Amino acid sequence: MSEAKIQRPLSPHLQVYKLPLTALMSISHRITGVGLITGTLLVTAFLVAAASGESQYDYVMGLATSLPGKIVLFLWSAGLYFHMCNGVRHMFWDIGKNFKKTDANRSNYYVLIGAFTLTVLTWVTVCGRLAG
Amino acid sequence: MSGHKNSEFVAPLKTAKGHGSAHEGAEHWLQQKITALAQIPLVLWLIYSIIGLQGASYAEFTAWMGQPVNAILMIILISSVMLHAKLGAQVVVEDYISCGCLKMAKLIGMKIFFYGMAVACIFSVLKIAFIAGI
Ligand code: HEM
Repeated sequence: MSEAKIQRPLSPHLQVYKLPLTALMSISHRITGVGLITGTLLVTAFLVAAASGESQYDYVMGLATSLPGKIVLFLWSAGLYFHMCNGVRHMFWDIGKNFKKTDANRSNYYVLIGAFTLTVLTWVTVCGRLAG
Repeated sequence: MSGHKNSEFVAPLKTAKGHGSAHEGAEHWLQQKITALAQIPLVLWLIYSIIGLQGASYAEFTAWMGQPVNAILMIILISSVMLHAKLGAQVVVEDYISCGCLKMAKLIGMKIFFYGMAVACIFSVLKIAFIAGI
């Protein structure tokens, strides 16, 4: 009985397992997806304000270009790029590609490098425009 | 689907309809992927546009939205994102909420929430586009 217990494979339990990178990436897809819904809510608020008139537009544009606004926009862009790049990986998996464990481990880095590069490129462009 | 082990027992109609054992779900999956794919170029275009519109005046912003190509792409993007997010949020709710009645209420509430946001966005885009230049 006790021997059978020892040999029985354990199912992963979140509280005792150190999450491998692939698992962290997986839950991050969900977290960014839900986070992006908040982003969509903000876009909706911006559009409705802009449709309401010039003073409302000036108010939300003021919020968007303030420092807290920029921080929110930065988080939004980084989350969106991560979700997008990881989404592309999801679609490769869906057509049966890159399914091996070694492939998944490698594509973790493709996704992270892609999201990082796009975020940096975006904000370098933003700073470039602000500077001149 | 066609590689089903007991394919001799499965009528071709089942494969053609693309329904799994739950009789639904394939459509959900397909819509999630179609919207995901469509959003890649659209999201890149949106971010590029937002960078150009940083600190734009009201007149500049409405003029931008008044361009048919911009208003049309915005509406397509909004429609895609709202469907994608509704399908996505539905899966998250289904995964974490087990009480049946609460789940139903959440799913209905979510539908209203996302369709409501879509209507608000599309109306706003059209209004801004139509007042541009007046
Ligand atoms: C930029 C383009 C985007 C791509 C390529 C993309 C891709 C994907 C894919 C492939 C999935 C399914 C993952 C799976 O099969 O489990 C997914 C899920 C999801 N997406 Fe997106 N997405 C994009 C943008 C967005 C946006 C803008 C939002 C929010 C408004 C969003 C919200 C979600 C949510 C909530 C889920 C469900 C997450 C889950 O089931 O854990 N996505 N996305």
